[in-house]
Amino acid sequence: MSSNIIMRTRDLSAGFGDHLVLNGLSLDVRRGEILGVVGGSGAGKSVLMRTILGLLPKRSGHIEIFGEDLDEIDDERHQTIERRLGIMFQQGALFSSLTVLQNIQFQMRENLHISQRLADEMAVSKLEMVGLQADDGAKQPSELSGGMTKRVALARALALDPEFLFLDEPTSGLDPISAGEFDDLIRTLQKTLGLSVFMITHDLESLYAITDRIAVLADGRVVLTGALEDMLKSDHPWVKSYFQGKRSGGIAARLERQKQRS
Amino acid sequence: MNKGALLSGRFNEGTLELVAGGSWTAVHAGELEELIDQWLARTGAENGESGPSPARQVRVDLGRVDEFDTYGAWLLERLRRSLRAREMEMHITGLPGHERELLQTMHNVNQPMPTEGAPGHSPVRMIRNAMQTVGRAMSGIGADLRSFNAMLGTLSAAFVRILLQPRRFRLTSAVHQLDRVGWRAVPIILLITFLIGAIIAQQGFFHFRKFGADIYVVDMVGILVLRELGVLLVAIMVAGRSGSAFTAELGSMKMREEIDALKTMGFDPVEVLILPRVLVLIVALPMLTFLGSMAALYGGGLVAWLYGGMDPDIYIERLKEAINLTHFKVGLIKAPFMGAVIGVLACMEGLKVRGSAASLGQQTTRSVVKSIFMVIVLDGLFAMFFAAIGM
Repeated sequence: MSSNIIMRTRDLSAGFGDHLVLNGLSLDVRRGEILGVVGGSGAGKSVLMRTILGLLPKRSGHIEIFGEDLDEIDDERHQTIERRLGIMFQQGALFSSLTVLQNIQFQMRENLHISQRLADEMAVSKLEMVGLQADDGAKQPSELSGGMTKRVALARALALDPEFLFLDEPTSGLDPISAGEFDDLIRTLQKTLGLSVFMITHDLESLYAITDRIAVLADGRVVLTGALEDMLKSDHPWVKSYFQGKRSGGIAARLERQKQRS
Repeated sequence: MNKGALLSGRFNEGTLELVAGGSWTAVHAGELEELIDQWLARTGAENGESGPSPARQVRVDLGRVDEFDTYGAWLLERLRRSLRAREMEMHITGLPGHERELLQTMHNVNQPMPTEGAPGHSPVRMIRNAMQTVGRAMSGIGADLRSFNAMLGTLSAAFVRILLQPRRFRLTSAVHQLDRVGWRAVPIILLITFLIGAIIAQQGFFHFRKFGADIYVVDMVGILVLRELGVLLVAIMVAGRSGSAFTAELGSMKMREEIDALKTMGFDPVEVLILPRVLVLIVALPMLTFLGSMAALYGGGLVAWLYGGMDPDIYIERLKEAINLTHFKVGLIKAPFMGAVIGVLACMEGLKVRGSAASLGQQTTRSVVKSIFMVIVLDGLFAMFFAAIGM
């Protein structure tokens, strides 16, 4: 049963000072799916991701990744697990003093014993897989446009061929066309590489286009999980206004049409 | 883990049959690369030994591979390309559909192999590089001088504008900076100058006593502190403390495009950010110099009393005879100029920061080193000037 679940959190609580951001949150991510996490600003999406990754201390609860409870394993085991995760931060978090290629090779150098030639070739491969050119590798992060930064960040997250990818608002700050391309890219890579993806997003188009399941965060817990259809049926006030409100771009109608056609 | 069985093979009637197994993943990529290179080298060797080549093609059976990722796929693709370069063919069997897709992806990337253009370490090149470094550094000095002058010019222009329209001066900002640069620096500057004054007096007594010239220690402390040491120490402290802060502030504002935002709103960054800072340094440095000099004289007096056995009354009496207003003036005249140099250099370096965190650190270091150097050079020029006019 657990082999099908790549990450599981139970009764997770975390917060700052007196303020509890996550309050008894339970969530599963299945192997090979793209899970979209949505919620209002300040609902704790980023806090959830940072808590899972160990960047924020949790108050209580359990986190299991690859079937192992993170509290019960030693540092070495922890590192092995971290090596199997790929993380793309919202602002890219590229190391500004390294070139693009060095950014991608950073983890390879630290964790793998491979020749410089192989490292170079792999880094260029990753660059091309995310739709950039080999020439872009020599650039400094400060010379990149917003979309390119996102792509390089994705390439860096994929450097060690992770099984489980965390994306924090991958399409925020991109124009709709680039965002659409980026969605396709994530979908293609996820299929080719067999990834499981945990994706925080505000972008309804992304949810519609690439997620397999959606989890809605509100009041520090997951109020609803399911496919887009389930979201549309929900009576939860936030879910309702988000998926059927003014800015939802007629997702409901589109889904309806698609259903009729098929 | 299925180690050791990553790749095995044998030659069979013109065909090299390779059997792959285990994890063809990032973790084993290093090992795998060596194994593949070994087999590749052996196909070459076999070819060379026995005239008509025994290995015309290579078969790779991937049926026993448990895990396969982009590293494995790329190594396989690389093997195929190397073989093709030797006009040999490679056949892959036993690859499931999903992995086939991955291999296809890797087939499309990296088409023109990154050439190994690593520059050699030939002596000529090394000498040329060294010469280039020296040349760049020299032309860098010229560029620095030019930009220093340019900054001085824009600052003067901004200053004149403010003289004409005093309401444009950012008084709040200036007071805030004066608090940070002047008031908050007082304790540390008092402490350091006090200690230096005391140390000079102690050394003086220790050595002068041999000649029975104890009394002249007071002359030495007085003149040295008022003319040179007070202002120099304070300037160096301020360069390290406030100059670096100015560079880092302006640099990070540059990095986050705050300066560009100011410009687009119609403000002149020089007027808003740099002029208050530089003016504040020009005002603060004489004050700090005065305080520092007094603390140093106090420290010297204390040591004279406790260590040299010289009564405070005698110390003060002797001080009155040894120094006059000229010494005091010489020190204080220099202070505002040093403040200006520190301020201009710090802001200039701050504006040169580029996007990266490393560049911020580099410019801050440069700012401090350059200001301290320039302060000392300026002090030397002033010494020559005062000697010439007999002050």
